[in-house]
Amino acid sequence: MKTNSVSVRDLSLSFGAVTVLETLNLDVKDGEFLVLLGSSGCGKSTLLNCIAGLLDVSEGQIFIKDKNVTWEEPKDRGIGMVFQSYALYPQMTVEGNLSFGLKVAKLPQTEIDKRVARAAEILQIQPLLKRKPSELSGGQRQRVAIGRALVRDVDVFLFDEPLSNLDAKLRSELRVEIKRLHQSLKNTMIYVTHDQIEALTLADRIAVMKSGVIQQLADPMTIYNMPENLFVAGFIGSPSMNFFRGEIKDKGGRKVVEINGVDFAMDAYPARGPLEAGRKVVLGVRPEHVKVDEPGAEIHDAVVDIEEPMGADNLLWLKLAGQTISVRIPGARRYAPGTAVKLSFDMSMASVFDATTENRI
Amino acid sequence: MAEVVTLNTRSATAGTATKLAAGPRGKKPRPMLSPRNIMIYGALLFAAAYYLLPLYVMVVTSLKGMPEIRLGNIFSPPVEITFEPWAKAWASACTGLNCDGLSRGFWNSVRITIPSTIVSIAIASINGYALANWRFKGADLFFTILIVGAFIPYQVMIYPIVIVLREMGLYGSLTGLIIVHTIFGMPILTLLFRNYFTSLPEELFKAARVDGAGFWTIYFKIMLPMSLPIFVVAMILQVTGIWNDFLFGVVFTRPEYYPMTVQLNNIVNSVQGVKEYNVNMAATILTGAVPLIVYFVSGRLFVRGIAAGAVKG
Repeated sequence: MKTNSVSVRDLSLSFGAVTVLETLNLDVKDGEFLVLLGSSGCGKSTLLNCIAGLLDVSEGQIFIKDKNVTWEEPKDRGIGMVFQSYALYPQMTVEGNLSFGLKVAKLPQTEIDKRVARAAEILQIQPLLKRKPSELSGGQRQRVAIGRALVRDVDVFLFDEPLSNLDAKLRSELRVEIKRLHQSLKNTMIYVTHDQIEALTLADRIAVMKSGVIQQLADPMTIYNMPENLFVAGFIGSPSMNFFRGEIKDKGGRKVVEINGVDFAMDAYPARGPLEAGRKVVLGVRPEHVKVDEPGAEIHDAVVDIEEPMGADNLLWLKLAGQTISVRIPGARRYAPGTAVKLSFDMSMASVFDATTENRI
Repeated sequence: MAEVVTLNTRSATAGTATKLAAGPRGKKPRPMLSPRNIMIYGALLFAAAYYLLPLYVMVVTSLKGMPEIRLGNIFSPPVEITFEPWAKAWASACTGLNCDGLSRGFWNSVRITIPSTIVSIAIASINGYALANWRFKGADLFFTILIVGAFIPYQVMIYPIVIVLREMGLYGSLTGLIIVHTIFGMPILTLLFRNYFTSLPEELFKAARVDGAGFWTIYFKIMLPMSLPIFVVAMILQVTGIWNDFLFGVVFTRPEYYPMTVQLNNIVNSVQGVKEYNVNMAATILTGAVPLIVYFVSGRLFVRGIAAGAVKG
């Protein structure tokens, strides 16, 4: 049975009249990789800073390893933190950066040397130890910043958008390294990002945040396939999910969603409750869950508007029921604009949301 | 990549070479004597001459003997160079009763400037650091009060300060004057340091806190080593400001502690005998030499520090 490593209880934070977080609850299991995902200003970094102790909370409690750390200093919380801008001390060498915290804590020099050597070995930065941060590349700097969290020998790692300042290639490389690090160290990691690819690839669980509220907390595949509300559905996925506004109708004993006069049968949809006729809903279908010119239960006619070949995939933009929808098909299958195609929808993978509450039904 | 480059080169030459080969190519020529250059360099030379001419007259006059000065050609170079006026200005020019020149004023100014500069910068940098990084309760109010202090004319505060110093038993002493200079330097220096520390990345401060560093460790180990330019700026502001001060020097000290500026004024304005223009000029240059040397030595750092504070702050 896994215990909770970090627990946030009824956490509120306001700056003057502005409330950033409101009665937020979150449990992070021991050894879990949790990603806080949201667009800028959603409070994800604020939450991380609260857990780190860099911001005083207005209300609520924070527990790390079952110890109430709400009023503790950052250094006493058993956390290591990695920042977006690396935040390396410019006047110190890499070695100085790694050992600074240990020297402040007055550890014996032999212990300091041991820990620095171990971190340098794990992160492959031994040749850089005598250099200054200004002589390092962005990727190397971020490695040193991770090392500074490593030497602290802590249970919980906090990452505040650590890869956002790196270029695309380095970002994907370091992403893999962070995942490998987590697999070998098995520490608890809380990772803040606005990049959904990072979130989906790294996380054991993702907490999608908006306006200081966690919208959904689940594993990546659940977040992707069963979004809890319209915001999560639209936020995750690129290109984003196709949304159709319509109404549930009862046609000859079958439940359908009628959109601009086009019916979409709901037989295969795993609804949580009865779909009452007359209810206004939003139907969401991901681009890869639309089939083009393949046999299916229900066929809709559409015309290709724009084709975007992306290598492995091919993205088609089509007109259907008065709307533009995107469809993802294998890259080898090409369609010229203007081609008439037959679409069928995989309703077992679709999502239906109430039009007013915007929650999944 | 190599192939792409070749392709690009080929297509570019093939398409354009025939048509455009005769047209302009490379750097556009700019004649030295264009109206633009004449305006720019003319204005610069004029301004430079305008500011340098008084200095020239001073230097030239200070190197002349009195008979030569009486001829009245203030722009002509000295026929017979003499350093006697300099020696006299430094060591034996008279102010009232005592005749030991500027030297006493110089040492007084040194004894005033060095402690005032060090103490005011030390306090202001810590003020600025606390205001920028440790958002304590009432920080904004404290800062506002401090800044308002910078806008109150000095003359308003002279009499109250005289009373305060008298009550403290420091009136007329060097210590009193040093305290006054330290206090009056506080608003502008605190503003300077606060803006500079605010411009440093906040995450650096956070990282140091996670590393367990406290108020003083962060200040000495993290902030200070990154702040050399702004310390140089503050030093220049304080050294020149305090060195050039006349008002506080004359109000808050006794004659034996008069700073160099006051001493200079007394030498130039003493009414007995003939006006020794050469001595006066030499004394003035001597008094102005310290700020000038400070500027020349640290000018580049000064500009860099001002820019760092201004752009990011």
